[in-house]
Amino acid sequence: MRVAAAADIAAPPAAGWTFVVDPARYLEFMAGMTRWEVVGERARGLGARYRMLLLVGSAEVGGLVEVVEWEEERDIAWHSVTGLDQRGRWRLREREDGGTHVELRIQYGVAGAGISGWLAEHVASGTVRGHLRHSVVELKRQVELEARRRRAAARRTAAIP
Amino acid sequence: MATPPVSDRARRNGHAPGDQGFGLPEDTPAADGSGAVSPTAALLRRAARGVAALAQARIPPAHLDDRDPDYIRDRLPAMWLAASLWFRGEVRGLGNVPEQGPVLLVGNHSGGNLTPDTLVLTLAFSAYFGVERAFYQLAHNLVLSVPGLSFLRRFGTVAASPRNAEKALDAGAALLVYPGGDREVHRPSWQRHRVDFGGRKGFIRLALERDVPIVPVVAAGGQETALFLSQGENLAKLLGLDRMFRLKVLPVSIAVPWGLNVGDMLGHLPLPAKITVEVLPPVHLREEFGPEPDVDEVYDHVVRLMQDTLDALAAERRLPVLG
Repeated sequence: MRVAAAADIAAPPAAGWTFVVDPARYLEFMAGMTRWEVVGERARGLGARYRMLLLVGSAEVGGLVEVVEWEEERDIAWHSVTGLDQRGRWRLREREDGGTHVELRIQYGVAGAGISGWLAEHVASGTVRGHLRHSVVELKRQVELEARRRRAAARRTAAIP
Repeated sequence: MATPPVSDRARRNGHAPGDQGFGLPEDTPAADGSGAVSPTAALLRRAARGVAALAQARIPPAHLDDRDPDYIRDRLPAMWLAASLWFRGEVRGLGNVPEQGPVLLVGNHSGGNLTPDTLVLTLAFSAYFGVERAFYQLAHNLVLSVPGLSFLRRFGTVAASPRNAEKALDAGAALLVYPGGDREVHRPSWQRHRVDFGGRKGFIRLALERDVPIVPVVAAGGQETALFLSQGENLAKLLGLDRMFRLKVLPVSIAVPWGLNVGDMLGHLPLPAKITVEVLPPVHLREEFGPEPDVDEVYDHVVRLMQDTLDALAAERRLPVLG
């Protein structure tokens, strides 16, 4: 099952990038996320591993994931190592107006679970899609708020004689 | 006192002679003290012993290796569907379970022989920690001997005995026990918000011997999946079920699809009651009660803790079944 959510952020990709690469921020903007913690010594970049859990129905599902693709200010992709089979991706692209189009994609499933697996994937998709949608909306809100604060701080600094 | 005979199968299954295994009933003298046993009574006893022996023979050997992570993983979606859609299960506080090492999860038991709280907890535990983390559940011998339930061994269910419990903890696993057992699981529905371990303290001795923390697990809602009327303890005693099957109860309930359901041996279709489970912080016995904890004091503490939590969960519920 593949689900995705997207939003346009009125800030450059670098601003959004600082949020999506920071494991400490995930619980602040990811809806339904109950855990996103670094496993191992590498906190970010290719090969970084995280233990993530997302509340879906009666269970917190997820497991250990590893970053398999990393392109600065553009893409982060991960695959599951243990737990639920999943692939995820943050995709950030600069818009013509200088803003950012951000997209969060997750593909998940349980190989070998047969009909019940297929059914569970579809039943869960509504909740997962909702989580993703709320997450990108919250990301947009937080990034734009941070951008406004930075602009205000810059204006104050410039106003000081 | 003579040691009761224990079959090879029972030994393999982890039942030492002192484990209260399947002790077969001795022929008891007639009530009139004459020592004579009527032919009908003798026939009934022989039949009962035959059934008991059959049940004993059906109990599979308890190998921890029977637990199959891949099998569990494949079954998680079906469990998730049942737990999420039918029981609207909610499990809180799984982060209280130590991330690694052996741990004794102690739960209150509800819902008759189907125990929906076990389903909800097993799903949540397996999803949270991953199926790779060894997780075993102790179950009544009869549960494992029922035809069609052998798959439970692959989930990590082993026959309830001290030896099996020790083996699981020594292997570094998380072990779920229900001290209240068959008595608590069939308590009347109007006692649904009562933790009733019946004074069974073996779990504390086990935790002390193996020096593992106790994590109390409190569940609400299971006793609303049918209308449980009576545990039928007197009936079970009268029929000698305790001696033959270690069954202290012969429960009576009103359940779908049977209507009046005596014994609950075939299970029932549980009503879609909301199941809420709360996992409490671990109790480190020697840290909290000193180097030589008093078993009675620990028991009172754990039961009080769980009862207070169950009271709080009960206060959240507005309507039976609906939650």
